[in-house]
Amino acid sequence: MSEANASATRITPGNALRPEDIAASDAVPSPEAAEYALWLGDDSLILAQRLGWWISRAPELEEDVALANIALDLIGHARSFLTYAGHASGRTEDDLAYFRREPEFRSAHLFEQPNGDFARTIARQFVVSHYQWELYSRLTHSTDATLAGIAAKAVKEVDYHRDHSLQWVLRLAQGTEESRRRMIAGLKLTWPYVEELFADEPLIDALGGAAVRPSSLREPFDAAVAAVLAEADLEVPAVPGATGGGRRGVHSEHLGYILAELQVLAREHPGASW
Amino acid sequence: MAAPAATQYGSPDVDAAGQQLFDELIIQDSRIEPRDWMPEAYRKSLTRQISQHAHSEIIGMQPEANWITRAPSLKRKAILMAKVQDEAGHGLYLYSAAETLGTPRDKMTEDLIAGKARYSSIFNYPVLTWADIGAIGWLVDGAAICNQVPLCRASYGPYGRAMVRICKEESFHQRQGFEILLELANGTQAQRDMAQDAINRWYAPSLMMFGPPDDDSPNSNQSMAWNIKRFSNDELRSRFVGMIAEQVKALGLSLPDPDVRFNEDTGKWEYGPLDWEEFKEVLAGRGPCNAQRMERRREAHEDGAWVREAAAAYADKQARGAASATEAA
Ligand SMILES: [Fe+2]
Ligand SMILES: [Fe+2]
Repeated sequence: MSEANASATRITPGNALRPEDIAASDAVPSPEAAEYALWLGDDSLILAQRLGWWISRAPELEEDVALANIALDLIGHARSFLTYAGHASGRTEDDLAYFRREPEFRSAHLFEQPNGDFARTIARQFVVSHYQWELYSRLTHSTDATLAGIAAKAVKEVDYHRDHSLQWVLRLAQGTEESRRRMIAGLKLTWPYVEELFADEPLIDALGGAAVRPSSLREPFDAAVAAVLAEADLEVPAVPGATGGGRRGVHSEHLGYILAELQVLAREHPGASW
Repeated sequence: MAAPAATQYGSPDVDAAGQQLFDELIIQDSRIEPRDWMPEAYRKSLTRQISQHAHSEIIGMQPEANWITRAPSLKRKAILMAKVQDEAGHGLYLYSAAETLGTPRDKMTEDLIAGKARYSSIFNYPVLTWADIGAIGWLVDGAAICNQVPLCRASYGPYGRAMVRICKEESFHQRQGFEILLELANGTQAQRDMAQDAINRWYAPSLMMFGPPDDDSPNSNQSMAWNIKRFSNDELRSRFVGMIAEQVKALGLSLPDPDVRFNEDTGKWEYGPLDWEEFKEVLAGRGPCNAQRMERRREAHEDGAWVREAAAAYADKQARGAASATEAA
């Protein structure tokens, strides 16, 4: 495989965990930790599914490679979290990805949003990777060793996603008039879904030191994002937040279509292995 | 910086000396490098071959990308994404190799979009089921490997070196394709049927990837004299048939060609007649997916224009900013 996609398969040092390591381990999460792993796994799975669409359609070949790279990393994280979640109920990553119904998914609405044009995809990625970086860098201290190990691998990869998206925010904001107009529009379409990422659910109280409290990430996220937007001479969009509800299984209208495509073949052949 | 004397074209003395050196390098089976003198026909023919090869990698992303969102397991989804990403990387190495011959990547892309450049006809067939992803890896990447391993020794340095890198990845692809089929072959009856159907549809087109029969291949002799091509189309095709005839047994499936056999007298594998009329039709643009593939490439290119313009404008501003900062200092 090329160096460009090496991140999908590389073994990172320390306690970092890959999907294969987790499948082989017999660590069983508490029911609450399993639910939390679904939050994080579903976020990454749904976004990887969205990003996969770009491969062969990107504005330049280098971006086909870069977006594929991000999608591959996200699939890797999703596989790790879902594999671990499944250990609580005797299910595999594929049982969870392909055979749950929409209300059983736990993704936040941001991850389900359409690709739109390249600027909208970048705006979504910019928010996601800053959020995930703040989250994973703290989750490495989780009292749940498996969650900490998954985060240790993910945080290094998300650091690259963060850099990729912020470079594009700068380029598009300060490139041409058209790109600036599109970047502003992309951020505006994305921002209603930011708030949900930082909402504390009752589950978080039950998890104690195993999870990272979403509301605690708001400040560092805002600071990091504001710094980039200031450099790009952009403003944080002033738009009302959407209601959300993904963590309780109440999703955007988009998720049904995403799952229809994701699951169609596996459901035509229940019980088959691939 | 002044170019070395050997690359100054047009003067009869220099051309004669350059031709002599070039001929010697070819006889010694050494490498020609970008700054060496080379005959115009060699440059043109290589540019055509390498850019076509690059276009094939890029168009070839589409049929497989078609199944990324529907891949039936997360592991297969990741492998398929990585594969399609590899093909983009192959396109990038090959465009770079072609650029060393003097044609910019933008020009090659424009020719592709304008329908003036060719790409491998195999990608104009539809990818209808998940088993097609297996059959493409096994047969199409497999045929590409048979074609490309000898190109690692091509006389033009940058092409040969790009092929070394590419061939390593293609062999991964072939193994992954075979694994998909093996899994299907050991699965349910519906999965087995899907696998056999895919092999039935991809067998003949993959054999035709080696190009027309030797008695109908006008460019082959010159290419062989220049140490670009090492084996004839039919020779490579016959080797490929031998390889897949063995491998299909491990799948417990069959090739849709009752004439496949090893000829003890010639020491070569034989196969049944191929439909070269269909090949010519697809090559001429009248295949099942030619229009669709071109439309998708054009659309991505046009939709991405504002992004490329923005990136160029931004880089420009940054460079000017850096320049004026230097002046001020
Ligand atoms: Fe390739
Ligand atoms: Fe390949």
